[in-house]
Amino acid sequence: MKPFAYERPVDVSSAVTTVAGRPEASFLAGGTNLVDLMKMEVLTPELLVDVRHLVSRRIETLTGGGLRIGAGVSNNELAADRRIRRRYPVLSQALLAGASYQLRNLATVGGNFLQRTRCPYFRDVTMPCNKREPGTGCAARDGHQRDLAVLGASDSCVATHPSDMAVAMAALDAVVHTVGPSGERSIQVNELYRSPADGPERDTVLERGELITAVELPASPVAATSRYRKVRDRASYAFALVSVAAALEVRDGSVTEVRLALGGVAHKPWRAATAERALLGRPATEANFRAAAEAELAAAQALAGNAFKVPLARNTIVSMLRTLTEEA
Amino acid sequence: MEQKITLRVDGKERTLTIDARTTLLDALRERLGVTSPKKGCDHGQCGACTVMLDGRRVTSCLVLAVANDGAEVVTAAGLAHGDDLHPVQRSFIAEDAFQCGYCTPGQIVSAVAMLREAEEGWPSVVSEDLDADRVVLDREEIAERMSGNLCRCAAYVNIVSAIEKVARS
Amino acid sequence: MTSVNETNEPSRRAVLKAGVGGLGAAMLPSMAEPAHAAGPATAPSAVGGGAAGGIGAALKRVEGPLKVRGAATYAFEWPVENPAYLYPLLSTIASGRITAVDAGDALAEPGVIGVLTHMNAPRLAWAEEPEVAVLQSDKVAYHGQIVGAVIADSIETARYAAGLVKLEYATEPVDVDLRADRDDLRKPEHAQGFGQLPGDLMNGSPADTTVGDFAAGMASAVHRVDATYTTPVQHHNPMEPHAAVATWTDDEITLYCGSQGVSTPQELLTRAFGLQPGRLRLISPYVGGAFGSKDFSALWGTVALMGAQLVPGRPVKLAFTRQQMFTLVGHRPASIQRVQLGADAAGKLVAISHDAVQETAKAKQYAEQTVQASRSMYAAPGRRTSTRIALLDVPVPTIMRGPGEATGMFALEPAMDELAVKLGMDPIELRLRNEPETHPETGQPFSSRHLAKCFEEGARRFGWKHRDKKPRARRKDGWLIGTGVAAATYPSPRLPGSTASARLDKNGRYTVRIAAADIGTGTWTTLAQIAAEALGVPLDRVTLQIGDSAYPRASSGGFSSGMNSWGTTIYAAARALHTALDENGGSVPPEGLQVTVGMPDDPKLKQYEFGSYGAQFAEVRVHEDTGEVRVPRLLGVFDVGRVINPVTARSQLLGGMTWGLSMTLHEETAIDHRYGNFVNNDLGGYHFAANADVGSIEVHMLGERDSHINPMGSKGAGEIGIIGTAAAIANAAYDATGIRVRDLPLTLDKLLR
Repeated sequence: MKPFAYERPVDVSSAVTTVAGRPEASFLAGGTNLVDLMKMEVLTPELLVDVRHLVSRRIETLTGGGLRIGAGVSNNELAADRRIRRRYPVLSQALLAGASYQLRNLATVGGNFLQRTRCPYFRDVTMPCNKREPGTGCAARDGHQRDLAVLGASDSCVATHPSDMAVAMAALDAVVHTVGPSGERSIQVNELYRSPADGPERDTVLERGELITAVELPASPVAATSRYRKVRDRASYAFALVSVAAALEVRDGSVTEVRLALGGVAHKPWRAATAERALLGRPATEANFRAAAEAELAAAQALAGNAFKVPLARNTIVSMLRTLTEEA
Repeated sequence: MEQKITLRVDGKERTLTIDARTTLLDALRERLGVTSPKKGCDHGQCGACTVMLDGRRVTSCLVLAVANDGAEVVTAAGLAHGDDLHPVQRSFIAEDAFQCGYCTPGQIVSAVAMLREAEEGWPSVVSEDLDADRVVLDREEIAERMSGNLCRCAAYVNIVSAIEKVARS
Repeated sequence: MTSVNETNEPSRRAVLKAGVGGLGAAMLPSMAEPAHAAGPATAPSAVGGGAAGGIGAALKRVEGPLKVRGAATYAFEWPVENPAYLYPLLSTIASGRITAVDAGDALAEPGVIGVLTHMNAPRLAWAEEPEVAVLQSDKVAYHGQIVGAVIADSIETARYAAGLVKLEYATEPVDVDLRADRDDLRKPEHAQGFGQLPGDLMNGSPADTTVGDFAAGMASAVHRVDATYTTPVQHHNPMEPHAAVATWTDDEITLYCGSQGVSTPQELLTRAFGLQPGRLRLISPYVGGAFGSKDFSALWGTVALMGAQLVPGRPVKLAFTRQQMFTLVGHRPASIQRVQLGADAAGKLVAISHDAVQETAKAKQYAEQTVQASRSMYAAPGRRTSTRIALLDVPVPTIMRGPGEATGMFALEPAMDELAVKLGMDPIELRLRNEPETHPETGQPFSSRHLAKCFEEGARRFGWKHRDKKPRARRKDGWLIGTGVAAATYPSPRLPGSTASARLDKNGRYTVRIAAADIGTGTWTTLAQIAAEALGVPLDRVTLQIGDSAYPRASSGGFSSGMNSWGTTIYAAARALHTALDENGGSVPPEGLQVTVGMPDDPKLKQYEFGSYGAQFAEVRVHEDTGEVRVPRLLGVFDVGRVINPVTARSQLLGGMTWGLSMTLHEETAIDHRYGNFVNNDLGGYHFAANADVGSIEVHMLGERDSHINPMGSKGAGEIGIIGTAAAIANAAYDATGIRVRDLPLTLDKLLR
């Protein structure tokens, strides 16, 4: 690790001011991803500004039925929360499918959105990588491709976003609250991430010094019938090859509400809006599920080493919708 | 970039001056001589360094010591009282739940914390009923909840048995 | 400067320092725990009352109370005063030369003591051996080779400063491409024992063998299988990274060093540094797993000693990072294997061939006996085997659990399953019909071979007879279900070069010393049991001392040879001690009686074929939608001879079977052909089985004594568990899906439809 200074500011605004004013500074929360990457010098901040004690660790019920989750809530605390388990089971399952209990005790909700990619070329500082070092090229595209994206990628970057939690959040239309140098704002999770075509070195639209302070889950009756399915190379403790977050309401045999998001396939949690449109108002049949999944994946651009993700995503979507239909 | 911190390790207060880069794991092993938690991967990918930090199991290799001034740390060494081993430790011996022993302290801290989590009703990704009030620790549940602790000798079957016996008693 | 305020006395450091010096004290990392100061092998509380405890007793591991507290001392944990830390710097090219070194920034970093590169590293007396020597020239032979090292006051500084060392290279084209159609494949030569032993392959056997007329047999066959199977590079990944603490003084040089044996690395390093015999002492009482990766390679010892030479008297600590382990301590070589089987109408084999192509390093030929099992497994009049290697810009491969057979039986045993399908015959029946009476190549008798009984017992316990005949016949909750079976075999060799001492003191206590190592196999317990049995005394009267090169020389632990080699030697020492006692009129002189003897020659070793056997059964589930593979049940029945300790033997087999599951479903090191680097070089990228991947595993041992192999009657148990497991699982996956996967690992993309 490059030597760095450690600071523990007294409030959010001074933390934000400090990081906003120093390009070499970084927020520290759970540290599970930051410390990992600092050890390999993928990230080399010279100042760590500890915000763990500054951001809320509470989950509040909002009028109207939504929830406001403090950015400092640990992944395990969030997964175990009764309100999440009952009203947003997809989120609880997504959290529990990620990493391990030990890591989830450290990892915070705010930090989880900002996890960096697991692309091995990003994590190896001796390799070209446009995300780590803009302009050096992408070694992954013609390299080891198993974990790479099939949707939304660009010539400059084919990395995937590793978070499970964010996939469920995307399906649930969650909203991220931030405090930045220019004040507070709210960002839809589905608008939080930038396309790699716009420069893969910046994962999100957050400005320098902008801190996630909370996440809001809108009230969502359909979320009560929701699930997360993660397909991976180990039964546990592995990142997703493909994951599906879905919520479904079926009335009189037809889809009346649906939320669908994919993980492991793109640079961001991929809200499957095309599939949702194809499903809404149509009979909840296997054929329609398959057609919707194929419509979503029609834009997929696969490489030799990750082409299996396309049929895998299709089958997992269909399987998930079938299961939810049986439950609904 | 050095700072002075105090940690309470296995019940004993320890004060030390450390480089901000020092992880909790290295502070314990290299500075305080507490070698019970092991370094297996140094990246949170194996669980050998598992300790309880303020009551929760964590991978100590990804925790900066400087950010944890005043914290309470429990290692596998601190679970035993002299010759009087923790029930989980005794069960690991009885079921031959280790071979080389390198992942073992992490496994044991993890198991002790896991039993507490289950008592608190924390679910797992394999829990049939996510909202159940009571967690039934069958073999599948134990295996999933212990999957953050890799064991290359592959004593998993015995590890699950050792924990299952304690969970039932 | 930093300071440590120890508020509790006595400090661990102080207590342990007092204990260092005597042979016994150095063996006893548990001195800080007074209750266990008697040492792991003699702690009375751990051996169930202390009486009896000879061969066959189901004793718990004697070092258990230490290990469950984390108090067993692994190499990096030896308490030393004021250590310096060494961090190796690895090459970022796979082939070429270093043209410039700039260590200025690194040396300017506060806390840095020195920077080693090939320009200034000590010249070794034995500089050519790539598994021992480092920093001896500007040549880079593989990506991730040690090209420098930084020594500093702290771990953090050493690692950071290593990144400040600037190297320039002249690169050459990278060739890491293993293909069976390469025109430069060659027959391996002298791959055994650092080129010092005869034989083409690592185990001393020839690369190629021919018996009878294979082509004629194949031509006459009614049913034929001709299939090619591949296995990828795999990595051992013991949980304990390779570590060493070295202290170089004018007198003794001490090296605490995790190793599968203390004598072999002590000798290699003594030769490399040109030391007087005995000056270097290597200590390794506890090893956090090895699986082959802590045997031939000694690089971490070399570089730690180089660091220690730089700061005489100051201990130097080194631990490879997990990422560094992928290139510095060997790997299982990738293989491409073609198997051809011909059978008559009744399922009798008339022809067998097995042709293996493997990768090895340009830096050094390593060639393992991948085809070995096909030479002994089944009877057939026409047969041949061959081994070819491709010399590539890769690190030197090495032995890894079940070297040879673990990969070879993934070719022979699925091929047998394919043949059974063609014959419409039960795969167990096919194997029983081809059971040889004597070794099919040498004609020598087997010392014992109870493979048929393993199948019979396994079939009964597994419920094999209820199996559906057709694939893809069973499904439940979206999962296709199948079952499969495979045979297992692994030789039980006795390695040369072990010596043991046995001592009887006036107080009636026996002490047995041998420079063996316990890599987690249970040696502390089982060797003590053997010693008690051989001496004819209760276990609590025996002190076992192992893991120190100051003890009588022993072979390394590996190839399932440990108990056979060390146990036989201890038996000889016990006999000699009894003789000495008789010669002394049955009384012990005040200074005690002590004998030191080498492992005796045994003419039987040349008269029989020695090996363990097993029958592996698997139930596999494959998800219809995703192709995910689960193995809810494995069952193995093993013929490992007489069982020395059913607790530790079962764990060995259980571990081996789990390794088999892991190599089937998960393990593959990806190599980038452009750069020659291992891509997934950490435990997030290189998957081996986690707890949730493992379901029910049943282990049964026949326990039949082998009356020829050694005084214990025991055969090897360390490797046999992994052999055939992959085949049983792949055969079961075929039964579940109708899809035959011939390339490991059996990942979901290969079963996805």
